[in-house]
Amino acid sequence: MKNAKGITFKYPDNVDTDVIIPARYLNSQDAKELAQHCMEDIDKDFVNKVHEGDIMVGGWNFGCGSSREHAPLVIKTSGISCVIAKSFARIFYRNSINIGLPILECEAAAEQIRAGDTVSVDFNTGVITDETTGKTYQAEPFPEFIQNIIAAGGLMNSIQKG
Amino acid sequence: MGMTMTQKILAAHAGLPEVKAGQLINADLDVVLGNDITTPVAINEFNKAGFTSVFDRTKINIVLDHFVPNKDIKSAQQSKQCRDFANKYDILNFFDVGKMGIEHALLPEQGLVTAGDCIIGADSHTCTYGAVGAFSTGVGSTDMAAGMATGKAWFKVPAAIKVELKGELKRPVAGKDVILHLIGMIGVDGALYRSLEFVGEGVKCLTMDDRLCICNMAIEAGAKNGIFPVDETTVAYLTGRSKKPWKVFAADADAEYEKTVTIDLSALEPTVSYPHLPENTHLAKEGGEIRIDQVVIGSCTNGRLEDMEAAYQILKGKKIADGVRGIIIPGTMAVYKECLLRGWAEAFIDAGCIVSTPTCGPCLGGYMGILAEGERCVSTTNRNFVGRMGHVTSEVYLASPATAAASALTGVITDPREV
Repeated sequence: MKNAKGITFKYPDNVDTDVIIPARYLNSQDAKELAQHCMEDIDKDFVNKVHEGDIMVGGWNFGCGSSREHAPLVIKTSGISCVIAKSFARIFYRNSINIGLPILECEAAAEQIRAGDTVSVDFNTGVITDETTGKTYQAEPFPEFIQNIIAAGGLMNSIQKG
Repeated sequence: MGMTMTQKILAAHAGLPEVKAGQLINADLDVVLGNDITTPVAINEFNKAGFTSVFDRTKINIVLDHFVPNKDIKSAQQSKQCRDFANKYDILNFFDVGKMGIEHALLPEQGLVTAGDCIIGADSHTCTYGAVGAFSTGVGSTDMAAGMATGKAWFKVPAAIKVELKGELKRPVAGKDVILHLIGMIGVDGALYRSLEFVGEGVKCLTMDDRLCICNMAIEAGAKNGIFPVDETTVAYLTGRSKKPWKVFAADADAEYEKTVTIDLSALEPTVSYPHLPENTHLAKEGGEIRIDQVVIGSCTNGRLEDMEAAYQILKGKKIADGVRGIIIPGTMAVYKECLLRGWAEAFIDAGCIVSTPTCGPCLGGYMGILAEGERCVSTTNRNFVGRMGHVTSEVYLASPATAAASALTGVITDPREV
């Protein structure tokens, strides 16, 4: 898995899938088209400011609400390389693994990293480094079962190989 | 150590004598479900991975419900993609316009989900079917694609929260008030990754429609699933309805629960969740200062026959307030037809409401009742997130059908016991 490095966008607790991608756009399944509306109901400027490789930081229960897989997909398509949060809603967590959006649970990092900091992530060790402040954090590693899905390139690849 | 009801169903479907919380398992699926928003994405994944057959055409359910009858060309294309897939693989339970209903109202009504089943659906409110004693949980489209191809899904066995129900509801307090109250107590992530196991002597006063509504919103507390024990009410509901034999699982006496939450049903009052989280609960009787522009009665949470009856009991012979738009959406064609046969639809129309064919429509801000800037809606739906029903500054107040109907009459949030 390629390591991540980028500028952070920071959001509060309980970011729901309706603000990640509002359902009014879900008459389309085109990820590029949908990504134009990523986060627009809580952060209109996100799509104009985000660069390839940037990192999203959330609080508790990130991705709560609908099961729409479009949510992790638009975050990934908008260029975000990793989402760090205190906790993730369970369907969002599952969907992110299934579609290959790297996500990490780390309460301290999600608390202390500031919007606009430059952050790097080593996925092999789970170490998150805030290069702006020099602080490092240790994220929870994925269970082996889930690492295997990620290593296979997502769920559909893993069931074919299985 | 004993197992919870959820853990027992999962163990049986994983072919294991025992499972423990936190264990990762691969389980056989009895039902795989998708709708017109999530199924197209699943079909793309299914095709991209090169699958050319489904595991069992009788166990896949595809329901067109979010944007039907289609609201625009793009949603029509998505429905067409579902229809073509259903035809190609001869999917037995494909529900198109005229036969469809809102998926989580339709599948229990049609007896397609039953006690002891292991169910995934590419819709977060798939947790509804715990009401009939099934393990049922929402997943994404890729999980649906894998489920359609293999008939299996991986799960992390959930730890459990026991919800001990005591006493008896005082109508018009209903299932919706119970679940809103619970979410208010434990928070929107209070049951994250856990199962909510409803037990206790209070269960018997809850109708099946109450239980379906309660399990439906388990996800709004972050839960993996909600589940009720199988009792006389369940058996009466399933008898003559369930399309397959059912199996009763019961929790062991020494099952492990992370914690117990106790609710005295007799003390509950009509409850409303204010914007912008379902945990933001208040009593309906304290909402009299809040003026509203719209009322929606329907959805997978409250679009069933008892919900329509609760609305009818309040609206019959009356007129909704000037300046309020009343939108009533029966959850299935059968419920819609009953509303017509029983004269309820006529009463709704005479009260100044519209009565629509089944659709998720306004619940997720799709169509059929989108809110403008700053508008407020009392809705029997399940989420009141920012922008959920329309403009980013609009507001949704979640309530029971009785509270929503009472509020429609007065134009402010109103306790149904006061009209």
